[in-house]
Amino acid sequence: MPITCEFEYLKPKTLPEALGLLARHGRKAAVLAGGTDLLVWMKEGLREPEAVVDVKGLKELRKLEMKGSALHVGAAVTFTQLLESKLVREKLPLLWECARTVASCGVRNRATLAGNLCSAVPSLDGGPAVLAYDAVVLVQGAKGRREVSAADWFVGPKRTALKDGELVLGVRFPLPKRRHASCYLKLGRYRGEDLAQVGLGVLALADDSYRLAFCAVGPVPARAKRIEAALKGHKVTDELLWKVQELVAQEISPITDIRSSKEYRLHMAKVMVERGLKAAAARLAGEGPALGEEIL
Amino acid sequence: MKKVPIEFKLNGVKRRFEAAPNDTLLEMLRDRLGIKSPKTGCDRGDCGTCTVLLDGRTVRACLVLAPEADGCEIETLENISKKPSPLQKEFSKRNSFQCGFCAPGVVLSATELLRKHKKPTRPEIQEAIAGNLCRCTGYSPIIEAIEAASKK
Repeated sequence: MPITCEFEYLKPKTLPEALGLLARHGRKAAVLAGGTDLLVWMKEGLREPEAVVDVKGLKELRKLEMKGSALHVGAAVTFTQLLESKLVREKLPLLWECARTVASCGVRNRATLAGNLCSAVPSLDGGPAVLAYDAVVLVQGAKGRREVSAADWFVGPKRTALKDGELVLGVRFPLPKRRHASCYLKLGRYRGEDLAQVGLGVLALADDSYRLAFCAVGPVPARAKRIEAALKGHKVTDELLWKVQELVAQEISPITDIRSSKEYRLHMAKVMVERGLKAAAARLAGEGPALGEEIL
Repeated sequence: MKKVPIEFKLNGVKRRFEAAPNDTLLEMLRDRLGIKSPKTGCDRGDCGTCTVLLDGRTVRACLVLAPEADGCEIETLENISKKPSPLQKEFSKRNSFQCGFCAPGVVLSATELLRKHKKPTRPEIQEAIAGNLCRCTGYSPIIEAIEAASKK
């Protein structure tokens, strides 16, 4: 399907230039990073920008590095770069496992985490990782910089806290202070490049606290706070797992769509809570499945 | 619509082109430059049949705007086939493809894999071609050929 809308292709070399273009074109501007969502939406007529601003030329956006006790992921960093980064694999294994499940190799070579967060489709694999690590989205507009916590970022399906004229510079992941281990489970119709029917990120910390975040089972990805509260201070046992599985229905609001029924999603979410918690706890104890191993 | 002057290397040859902003890399290659190995399949990034190497990485040519190719090196099956690679010989020996529509994409995905990993595991091979849909073969002869080529 050809792109029928007409637009100007602009590739700014500096951040001020990019912000100037976004300010000038406002909501008629589309920011282009990997383009793997944007081009599909332009082909379908869902986006008809008058200016496409390619931000891959901005060096500020290409950084992937430690800044103090946080890992900074620039907005132009691709999922492949995350996967090939030893830093990400060692410091933020949940982000690594999430990145691994995004689409296919050829898409991951272009698609960016920041783009994933800006597209904000309910099934986004980047969602559970940014929520579980309490990441912060770094945003700049004409009036200056601001920071938006992952919890406040997702406003609705395909809707975020980003305002017209603003640009995402990157995502900051504060490293957990305690020793931690994690697990990302993605249920698809088949292994390979499907979107999630249910996605669950689990982070287990050395003080027996846990963070769980779902995607694809609600309008926005979200932390499972009731489950986290029930788990806090406890080791993962079968009895506790049965108890928290009862809470899953209160945490998510799955719908029936082309990929799955809501009943199947709810059932599998419970299964995934059990397996995810067990795997993350085992990894924390230095056992359990290797990173990236299929758990479902 | 204002055309964008771009320069890139296509299969080892420097090219200049005036790209329409709303042309995809796939349309530029197939319709303007006569490079026909990348195919138009789903045209939305799912099937992998439009795969080309952009600066050594497989990309969906249907999801890249032509102007984005400025300053890049593009490699397609045409270049790799000038002298069939050991990988292609394994595909041929096993008759790994039937209709052949997915073949250019699969060859490029497997080429990227073998350039990065000399000895990939079977799950790594499966992951590398997971984004290249083949409706004929059930993938087994494709995976076996990649495995065989990696042992050479």
